[in-house]
Amino acid sequence: MRPDLTLDIKNLRLSFRSWSGSTEVLHGIDLSVAPGERVALVGESGSGKSVTSRIVLGTMQDVRHARVSGQVTFEGTDLAKLASVERRALRGREISMIFQDPSSALNPVFRIGDLFHEVLKRRHPKISKGEARQRAAAILQDVSIADAERVLSSYSFQLSGGMNQRVMIAMALINEPRLLLADEPGTALDVTVQAQTLSLMRDLVEQKRTSVLFISHNLGVVREFADRIYVIYRGNIVEHGPTAAIFDAPQHPYTQALLSAIPRLTGGGVPDIEERSLSFNDPMISHGTDI
Amino acid sequence: MPDPILSIRAVSKEFHVGKSRVQAIDDVSLDVFEGECLAIVGESGSGKSTLANMILGLGAPTSGAIRFKNVELPAKRSKLHRRQIQLVQQNPLSALNPRRSIGASLRLALDVHGHGQRADRPDMVAALLKEVGLDPDMATRSPSGLSGGQRQRIAIARALACQSQVVVLDEPTSALDVLVQARVLRLLNALRASRKLTYIFITHDLSVVRNIADRVAVFQKGKLVEIAQTETLFANPTCDYTSTLISAVPVVSPEEVALRDALANVRVF
Amino acid sequence: MKRAIYILLSNPLSILGLVLVGLVFFCAAFADFIAPYPEHAGAVINFAFANKPPSAEYLLGTDVVGRDLLSRIIYAYQVALGMGLVVLLIAPPIGVALGLIAGYIGGWTDFVLMRITDIFLSIPPLVLALAIMGVMEPTLINAMLAVTAMWWPWYARLVYNITRGEKVEGYVLAAEVIGASKAHIMFREILPNCFPAIVTKMTLDFGYVILIASSLSFLGLGVQAPTPDLGSMVSEGTRYLPDSWWMTVFPGLAIMIAVFGFNLVGDVLRDVLEPD
Repeated sequence: MRPDLTLDIKNLRLSFRSWSGSTEVLHGIDLSVAPGERVALVGESGSGKSVTSRIVLGTMQDVRHARVSGQVTFEGTDLAKLASVERRALRGREISMIFQDPSSALNPVFRIGDLFHEVLKRRHPKISKGEARQRAAAILQDVSIADAERVLSSYSFQLSGGMNQRVMIAMALINEPRLLLADEPGTALDVTVQAQTLSLMRDLVEQKRTSVLFISHNLGVVREFADRIYVIYRGNIVEHGPTAAIFDAPQHPYTQALLSAIPRLTGGGVPDIEERSLSFNDPMISHGTDI
Repeated sequence: MPDPILSIRAVSKEFHVGKSRVQAIDDVSLDVFEGECLAIVGESGSGKSTLANMILGLGAPTSGAIRFKNVELPAKRSKLHRRQIQLVQQNPLSALNPRRSIGASLRLALDVHGHGQRADRPDMVAALLKEVGLDPDMATRSPSGLSGGQRQRIAIARALACQSQVVVLDEPTSALDVLVQARVLRLLNALRASRKLTYIFITHDLSVVRNIADRVAVFQKGKLVEIAQTETLFANPTCDYTSTLISAVPVVSPEEVALRDALANVRVF
Repeated sequence: MKRAIYILLSNPLSILGLVLVGLVFFCAAFADFIAPYPEHAGAVINFAFANKPPSAEYLLGTDVVGRDLLSRIIYAYQVALGMGLVVLLIAPPIGVALGLIAGYIGGWTDFVLMRITDIFLSIPPLVLALAIMGVMEPTLINAMLAVTAMWWPWYARLVYNITRGEKVEGYVLAAEVIGASKAHIMFREILPNCFPAIVTKMTLDFGYVILIASSLSFLGLGVQAPTPDLGSMVSEGTRYLPDSWWMTVFPGLAIMIAVFGFNLVGDVLRDVLEPD
């Protein structure tokens, strides 16, 4: 256990019981995030990346058919030792989350301003409506929303997808959480909007020194954002290291395949790569940067 | 220049939302030539899906005409018209009926258009599955439990079953993992060559466009803002919006970064 | 199949439901063999044994004319299930067809069909059935007709809502682009996706049809004497409460067992038929 790390995951396993028996979807994952560090967890659908974020958020533990084992330590506290109520108390205060589709993540029956008020109450239970509005307006400026007052008085369905995404980033960061979980942020948005919101998010977490665990299937997006990358394949981490090392000298066959499968903006045709290969199950490669 | 297989002439489409009017497509003219892959690129609200729907006969233009081999296509399409232009959709999860077997989904196209003798159709279904790289025995199975890639291959086989010449590909790989995407794109390329198909490839992903399209049409807010050969468009985009789109693509290699930076009049990242 | 068994075993109540429903069907099917006094299903009068409380001879006691209650309940299940079957063979197909057509075709067809449905739905079911029974002879056949008339609109609504949801699915679009006929799309593509909900509702309704039929006969408008009917038995029994409690309580329990059983089975079916 390393109390100096924001997030420290050791030998994390997850299995689901179902009618056809028990299936393990995470086979013992080690992952860590240092304070202020931006770490990406990259994998295809079904690789186990999203359930990992659900475990860190503490919601997977309450799923009836799920069995979680291993150690998830947040700033020195073992999440498994916390009661379900205490885990819930961490959410929205110390750990917050940004989801894939901002428009469905914001409750459409409340005004944005009221949603901010609710979020702020999680850390400051006695905060007044007026003060909440002031602080919300201030952080909306940080995500380049000029007419904050109009946005605060609107409902999420009255705003564009990009605007909702910025609102969500602001909302996730307003309580100054220690850790931000970003699960495929902006995948539901247009490319230009996605690019803009990601760069806003990057600036804001840098400024607030928030640690980020960024979950994505897109190596291109991750390259612009992360300090360090973990590549996950079918419930195992297959390679991890600093972003530059992963992109310049990928060692694991799966990482190599993943990288070369991306069509290049410079052309060269669609690469001929197998979807599956036994070598994808090769042992993990670490770029020797364990912190 | 040969005659276009599909020709869109001064097409506009208006929608009425409450009392206000939305101009989804604004006076668009373009030609699609036999055997080419024309990419239609744009963001949400660009009108690219509206245009695709009109080509497929799922909505009539407010004004203008769509011609197939120099014959104007009516708003109400007959089976014969349907047979000419087929579709592969974006979402592989909803494109197949969960309560019908894969074989039945493919059979439908053969039955509707009366391709082959009744007795031969099971073999034709098997041949189609084989052609898209799937196990012919899959015909009796239900689509549940299949991966996105497998489902998308079946959707492609269904489009082939109609024996149409033009296929509208509506973001066919955007819901797929990148390794699967590469396989499906290669399959599409191979089928285009072997079956002499014409593709209208609707997408927002410019790195895919760069590697599969012969020509690119860029749409913004219902207008066709740029149309050019793929090479030309990426080397020298004439429209600012095109450069913005290119510069927003998340890239992985240093060469791409160089290309992007050279273009970028708007730095997005 | 394995999955169905797993769902069944993971919920003990579902087994209870199956047992209860099985019991009801068993009674109805083998009434002639298991009823202690099969002749008591008819117009038998046996004043010597009238009004007897439950005993070894008459397990659930006897009614005012001395007929064995257990035998009459067993035969009443036959009548109730018969009625349920007839109603559920007629009402759902009507409702399903109208719901599919209104939901898929849309426009004026939708408007007209669904407003007719709404009119039926806005009349309290029992009132509608009472009105129909008031005009017609109170016979078993007419009772079935009355219940059917108040039942189909629920299926129309259910299927209409599902159809509206399925209509925008990609597989419907694909069939349209291929050029399939409207009939094919409605009955071959969309209808199979309505089946889980329809079957679940039919199971639940089996219990409710029995309940409604009992209510009608309780009011004297359903099955007529001497045919045994749970509702009429409860109704007759109330005149002898609280002394001859068994005349009301046992037929009442019999109704409850059937309704409860079909409800539990309906819940299980929903879990089993829903795709993963």
